[in-house]
Amino acid sequence: MSTLPLETAAHPGQLRRVVIEPLSRVEGHGKVTLLMDEDDHVQQARLHIVEFRAFEKFIQGRPYWEVPVMVQRLCGICPVSHHLAACKALDQVVGATTLTPTAEKIRRLMHYGQILQSHALHFFHLSSPDLLFGFGSDVARRNIVGVAAAHPEVARQGVLLRKYGQEVIRHTAGKRIHGTGSVPGGVNKSLTAAERDELQKDIYQMIAWSRDAVRLVRQLFEQDLETYRCFGSFEARTLSLVRADGAMDLYHGGLRARHADGRTIFDHVEYGHYWEQISEEVKAWSYMKFPYLRALGHEDGWYRVGPLTRVTRCDFIPTPLADRERREFMAFDDGRAARSTLGFHWARMIEMLHAAEAIKDLLHDADLLGSDLMASGPRQARGVGVIEAPRGTLIHHYRVDENDQVARANLIVSTTHNNHAMNVAIREVARKYLDGRKLTEGLLNHIEVAVRAFDPCLSCATHAIGKMPLEVQLVDAEGAVVDSLVRGSA
Amino acid sequence: MTEVTRRKLRVATTSLAGCFGCHMSLLDIDERLFALLERVEFDRSPLTDIKHCGPCDLGIVEGGICNAENVHVLREFRANCKILVAMGACAVTGGLPAQRNHLDLGQCLQEVYLTDPSVGQGLIPNDPELPLPLDKVHPLHEVVKVDYFIPGCPPPGDAIWKFLTDLIEGRTPKLGHGLIHYD
Repeated sequence: MSTLPLETAAHPGQLRRVVIEPLSRVEGHGKVTLLMDEDDHVQQARLHIVEFRAFEKFIQGRPYWEVPVMVQRLCGICPVSHHLAACKALDQVVGATTLTPTAEKIRRLMHYGQILQSHALHFFHLSSPDLLFGFGSDVARRNIVGVAAAHPEVARQGVLLRKYGQEVIRHTAGKRIHGTGSVPGGVNKSLTAAERDELQKDIYQMIAWSRDAVRLVRQLFEQDLETYRCFGSFEARTLSLVRADGAMDLYHGGLRARHADGRTIFDHVEYGHYWEQISEEVKAWSYMKFPYLRALGHEDGWYRVGPLTRVTRCDFIPTPLADRERREFMAFDDGRAARSTLGFHWARMIEMLHAAEAIKDLLHDADLLGSDLMASGPRQARGVGVIEAPRGTLIHHYRVDENDQVARANLIVSTTHNNHAMNVAIREVARKYLDGRKLTEGLLNHIEVAVRAFDPCLSCATHAIGKMPLEVQLVDAEGAVVDSLVRGSA
Repeated sequence: MTEVTRRKLRVATTSLAGCFGCHMSLLDIDERLFALLERVEFDRSPLTDIKHCGPCDLGIVEGGICNAENVHVLREFRANCKILVAMGACAVTGGLPAQRNHLDLGQCLQEVYLTDPSVGQGLIPNDPELPLPLDKVHPLHEVVKVDYFIPGCPPPGDAIWKFLTDLIEGRTPKLGHGLIHYD
């Protein structure tokens, strides 16, 4: 039983249950339950991840080269993250300790394409309706259709930014969603001059629109500073990858963890032994585990990952426009925006700008057209791949046996790292906005606004498997039994 | 013709045991989205905040069936949608999540939540708020009648566009060469 505030009510049976189900305008399956007492005070608030998919188990026994295309099916929004994290782990298995310049740059291009499209999707298609219309605004227009009607240029730029990122992925991976471009040891394709020229054509427009998006978020902060500063905000430890010189690097680096006040917990840790730093706790009410830093223990060791962490915890961003925006963000409102939960949106748009700039630089690099695609070396039994996915640090870990079959797999996905932090955020919002009030649809949406700030990918988070406490039969349209659930099979 | 084309088609979409890739592919129609919005309006969908499906002309379902909640949502869609579409490999066949069908659930569960070395303190989630998982992952047509199947992992945006525009124009949807593929 946890002692954390609002996590577990003392007498749940006497309380009224309110459920937000399904969470909408987020990726995947989740719900929030609230337990209210007779005076409408919130006694318990929980974000539940309600699906399970067993990816780590069913890839056991598969040939290792299938893994990068299997595991990306965890997520249709950020398939490239899983594709690349798996390849980075399996590079070690095939002994490719250093990739060819062409292979590494093609992978980076693919990854920045994904950062661009995923961040655009999240901001414009999913979150902007809350920010442009208000958290409690009319449910009928609080969606991308409403944005297209009221702010057609914003909606159009969002759609075209996402399209551009998807096209970068298509040219590097072969398909916009669930491509095959990266393989253990390298890539199976570089760019042709025609493909490069096509992508070069629009990149300056993408950089300009990304800057506009950063400024749009800044304006939103300026218009309602009090709300944006405090909404769902809390002090959190952080975890991210950084490059050896402290720069933001979303493709590769060492692990950096810091306390909320900025003091270092560890820095530049080689991620091949991540389990020495991170462990996971299970709670009965969610299929998603709760990771924590071992050094601090499971009560105090939770932390936050993702754009807000990366932008505020790197020493600098290695592209000029994004770094200038980072410095403005860090200084804004005496640094309070950089500590606020809604600061996630601002940080995300700064990263989108960085991705656009990084794509521009890569598109002017001759190595992209090279033909030396694969590396190899002495075979290893084990590999760990870590990448900064759009939503945060993503860890893939495989053991491969002498028959080339996967013997064991462990995945810690971005959204799982944020499990505890998201629960803290919804409890903050519940306490401040919902407590003691009659709950309306608009008030309940405030909870979802806090969840959306993290851009959770709940599909990614459901790779594990769950329990069946009752017996249920599934019947088809004619009433015949198709399936049944067996009591206590655990 | 006039009656059908003047009124906007009401469309509900959902993702069950899928990865949202099919919904992303729907968005891969890119700027044609704005033309689509002239002809359709969205009911329940991950893109709106409508939590339950009302009466609709078309229901598009991504993902297979892996738990009790999926079954409830699928039945709600079937009851409310005149036309129900299984979109993508998981809805059509169960897809990659059905790879778990040859595994014993109980054993997996123990391995993931109790004996996995990365877990500090083992415990199997069993809260009543968590929907019951099914023994096996099922394609949609094993549970309800399905009117159309669009294959692909995911189906390309162009295939979804062709399907929707055919329906909107009152034609029988037909995907030609290049629009049907299974990867």
